[in-house]
Amino acid sequence: MIEIINLCKNFGTHKVLDNLGLTINTGETTVIIGRSGCGKTVLLRHIIGIFRPDFGQVIIDGKDITKLRGRELNDIRMKFGMLFQGSALFDSLSVWENVAFGLLEHYNKRKSAIMDRVRECLSLVGLEGVENFKPAELSGGMRKRVGLARAICMKPEIILYDEPTTGVDPIMGDAINNLILELHDKLKVTSIAVTHDMTSAYKIADRIAMLYNGKIIALGTPEEIRDTKDPIVRQFVYGEAEGPITNTRKIE
Amino acid sequence: MLNVKRKFEALGEKALAFIRYIGGVTVFFSEILYWIIHPPFRVRHVIKQAEKIGASSLPIVSLISLFTGMVLALQSAYQMQKIQAEMYIASLVALSMIRELGPVLTALIVAGRCGAAITAEIGTMKVTEQIDALEALATNPINYLVVPRFWALLISLITLTIYSDFIGITGGYLVGVCKLRIPHYTYVKMTFDPLTQSDMRNGLYKSFVFAIVICVVACFEGMRAKEGAEGVGKATTSSVVRSFVLIIVCDCLLTAFMYFFGR
Repeated sequence: MIEIINLCKNFGTHKVLDNLGLTINTGETTVIIGRSGCGKTVLLRHIIGIFRPDFGQVIIDGKDITKLRGRELNDIRMKFGMLFQGSALFDSLSVWENVAFGLLEHYNKRKSAIMDRVRECLSLVGLEGVENFKPAELSGGMRKRVGLARAICMKPEIILYDEPTTGVDPIMGDAINNLILELHDKLKVTSIAVTHDMTSAYKIADRIAMLYNGKIIALGTPEEIRDTKDPIVRQFVYGEAEGPITNTRKIE
Repeated sequence: MLNVKRKFEALGEKALAFIRYIGGVTVFFSEILYWIIHPPFRVRHVIKQAEKIGASSLPIVSLISLFTGMVLALQSAYQMQKIQAEMYIASLVALSMIRELGPVLTALIVAGRCGAAITAEIGTMKVTEQIDALEALATNPINYLVVPRFWALLISLITLTIYSDFIGITGGYLVGVCKLRIPHYTYVKMTFDPLTQSDMRNGLYKSFVFAIVICVVACFEGMRAKEGAEGVGKATTSSVVRSFVLIIVCDCLLTAFMYFFGR
């Protein structure tokens, strides 16, 4: 289980997370929605310990990772896989070296065993025969899939998805949604995705949380969020230009 | 009054930014020192980087060192011929190359050529989330990216400096023997006679310090790059300028230190 308690983060005078609280149950897929720049990615980075909060706790399986450093923090990170918004593949490495990165770094396995695992992960994301390509030789969708293969290669217990469908066409976006569902069913992982793509959110989520002004203002099943009466959540999920979110911005 | 207040505020902000920068560099350097003695040790990465930094810098170091040695011989001949002391050209070239020009020129070439490339590479990794990906994969970016470059720069710069000294002396020899008609034996004797072990040592101490300066500045600037391609460009420029300034300042301080305490 992941518990986020009173998380606060400021960048200069800009308050990004403001006493944010959220609990994510083991084995469930939670989608965090919110406008661009509202702090969704910042929240994900706190969960994996890339950012340190100004205040608050992120408790993973009973350990507060905001207090951990070095080897202890890395031990917790080994439980995670993360798909980055822009894939974040290492340019200087080939596809197989990217996918196998975690295994090569942390496990003393034979190369043949590593290659088998790489092929298995690539086939799980629907890619074959690209092991020796460089990331620059791949299309955006393929890069995203390789990023996903890298995220699952070390058999993580928790997978974080940062805007998994951004930057790919709708068909590829749906294919990625299916992949996330498939991985969730096959690997039984806890998944946290941040997105502003509501089609994707409804499809993959067990629960949806909306982040607004640094806080989680709504949490519920996809149906509950779709039928919500909260005007702020309604404006976002129905994608309306006029409403409390934009009116507040105009007053500001 | 308001104007004066603003000027003081601006001055204060600059002072704070400077203190923050020095603090950042100090913490960064201490992290490098920590990871130098802690595993994993990445010998293959060091060799790959040394090849990039050292082997590929050989042509430009050869060219500049050769011409510097030749120019040094010609310029000193202008004065030495007046007092009929041409044979001292050999000593002058050798001492200048080994104590000063070899280490400084090589460091400036490596800072301009490889320091900039290191900043651009690490900066691009930073703005494309690759550094975050390293952390997410439980790999320390300083251990993975900076420490191999540190060792590679240290090994390459010291080796290139020795090479540069040799090529510079050869350049002086070509001018001295072929153009100024100094006998071969005299030139070689006058090259090596005044040289002491401490001359070699002092030149290499300088290279050691310059390698640390180039690595820390280039990697630090790359690590704090932000705002896309423009940010990487700014970081690269800043890396080259700061490395150049620091090399010259360190050279001055080290030369003074060696003059007063190192003889």
